[in-house]
Amino acid sequence: MIETSNLTAERIKEYLKQGKRFDGRKLDEFRNLIIETGISKKAEGSARVKLGNTEVIVGVKMDVGAPYPDSQDKGNLMVTAEFLPLSSPRFEPGPPSFDSIELARVIDRGIRESKFIELEKLCIKEGEKVWTVFIDIYSINEDGNLLDAAGIGAIAALKSAKIPKYDEEKEKTIFGEWTDKHVPLSKEVPISLTVHKIGNSLIVDPTREEEDISETRITIASSDGTIYSMQKGNSKELSVEEFKEILNIIEKTERKISTAIEKSLK
Amino acid sequence: MTKDFKRPDGRKINELRKITAKVGVVPNADGSAMFAFGDTVAIAAVYGPKKMHPQHSQNPEKGTLRCSYNMLSFSVTERIRPGPSRRSMEISKVTEWALEPVVMIDDFKANVVDVHINILQANASTRCAGINAAAMALAHAGIPMKSLVTSVSIGKLDKQLVTDLIKEEEDWEEGEGPTDIPITLTGDGKISHIQLDGKIGRKQLEEAVELAREAGKQIHAAQEKALKEVGEKK
Repeated sequence: MIETSNLTAERIKEYLKQGKRFDGRKLDEFRNLIIETGISKKAEGSARVKLGNTEVIVGVKMDVGAPYPDSQDKGNLMVTAEFLPLSSPRFEPGPPSFDSIELARVIDRGIRESKFIELEKLCIKEGEKVWTVFIDIYSINEDGNLLDAAGIGAIAALKSAKIPKYDEEKEKTIFGEWTDKHVPLSKEVPISLTVHKIGNSLIVDPTREEEDISETRITIASSDGTIYSMQKGNSKELSVEEFKEILNIIEKTERKISTAIEKSLK
Repeated sequence: MTKDFKRPDGRKINELRKITAKVGVVPNADGSAMFAFGDTVAIAAVYGPKKMHPQHSQNPEKGTLRCSYNMLSFSVTERIRPGPSRRSMEISKVTEWALEPVVMIDDFKANVVDVHINILQANASTRCAGINAAAMALAHAGIPMKSLVTSVSIGKLDKQLVTDLIKEEEDWEEGEGPTDIPITLTGDGKISHIQLDGKIGRKQLEEAVELAREAGKQIHAAQEKALKEVGEKK
């Protein structure tokens, strides 16, 4: 149950060779994507993302604090991820796993490098007070591709987030009361997407079983063909031709997914 | 514009910093090496193959490669708190992934090959220097390998691609700012590691891989030379 058996792995590979998958999808086809925002009344912004049976929730919280020494006139961004034991028999309580740390870092870099959040607009007083945006990601049901679900969730939660009220005199955030102002976001929306290599096949949006036998993956955050961050995970090497093909797939998929996000956020 | 582009340290756009490579820097280790891009200095030591501890981490089906990347607290201007961080944990893993395609340790069942990388001094491209040192240390330890790997950071400063970034370039402020693309290639020219932070289009990204390949030849020559020198001493 916990690991994908060799028998299943062989079968998945045989199917992929013929361009088929267990659930009938094409290799470059995502599962049904459902995005819901405003799922938490307490968070500044929130979203639930379902990709087939995979489900994550993402919350945005904000607070005022000191800026980092190297960005005195900018707000701060912090992304964390927790793989909840309730979401899979594989996850156990305890210190964060490497996978959850990597996921948070990959999502962080996509948002940070694309300058999706206009952090310079979140400065209250240079060198003293700036807003920190916390993006916290939780897995609710794990069935493969938490990475992409988390990335989509982070975007949706940010888009729905409003800045809390702030008491200038007492220098305190008034939690639970919000201004009308949205978190300042740029027009280019970075979509973080992953392509996996299994045998000689390249696929998107793997199920748990498929992800188990993935030999390597590349996650790219891009918007309209411009690439902002990239991470290759796992140990199988890629030829330059395969790498170029992955860029092709990402470009096509990015268009599809960003349209889907726009539609569901209307 | 390519010809006129001025780098802060006067290098040509595809020029690496001076490479220093040395094998056998930690006598206690089964294999060790130092690799430096200018004043970015990494040392790596290999211990093993040896029985994996703790026992529950053993893989009875094949050997395990385990890398750890660590920056000394005084390797940068502002002291880093000693001990693992989210960043160092990620780089450790990425280093493992970068090396695994070339090490042939499947037969060392239930055993581990430990690679410890320390950054003594940092001026950007530390993970690349670390991976280059690790590849040499593994070879020095006699671990069976298909080839060495070569790692280099390709940068895009505003719109210009350059090879082997220094800190000043990593913090490039003009135009489109900095893009940092560390790339590791195997002996047969395949990509075993690539990361990217910044902003770049597809065409230039493909050119960046080409630049990494070009730089890889020089890095490989330096690694090989250092390994041969040690071989002759024995």
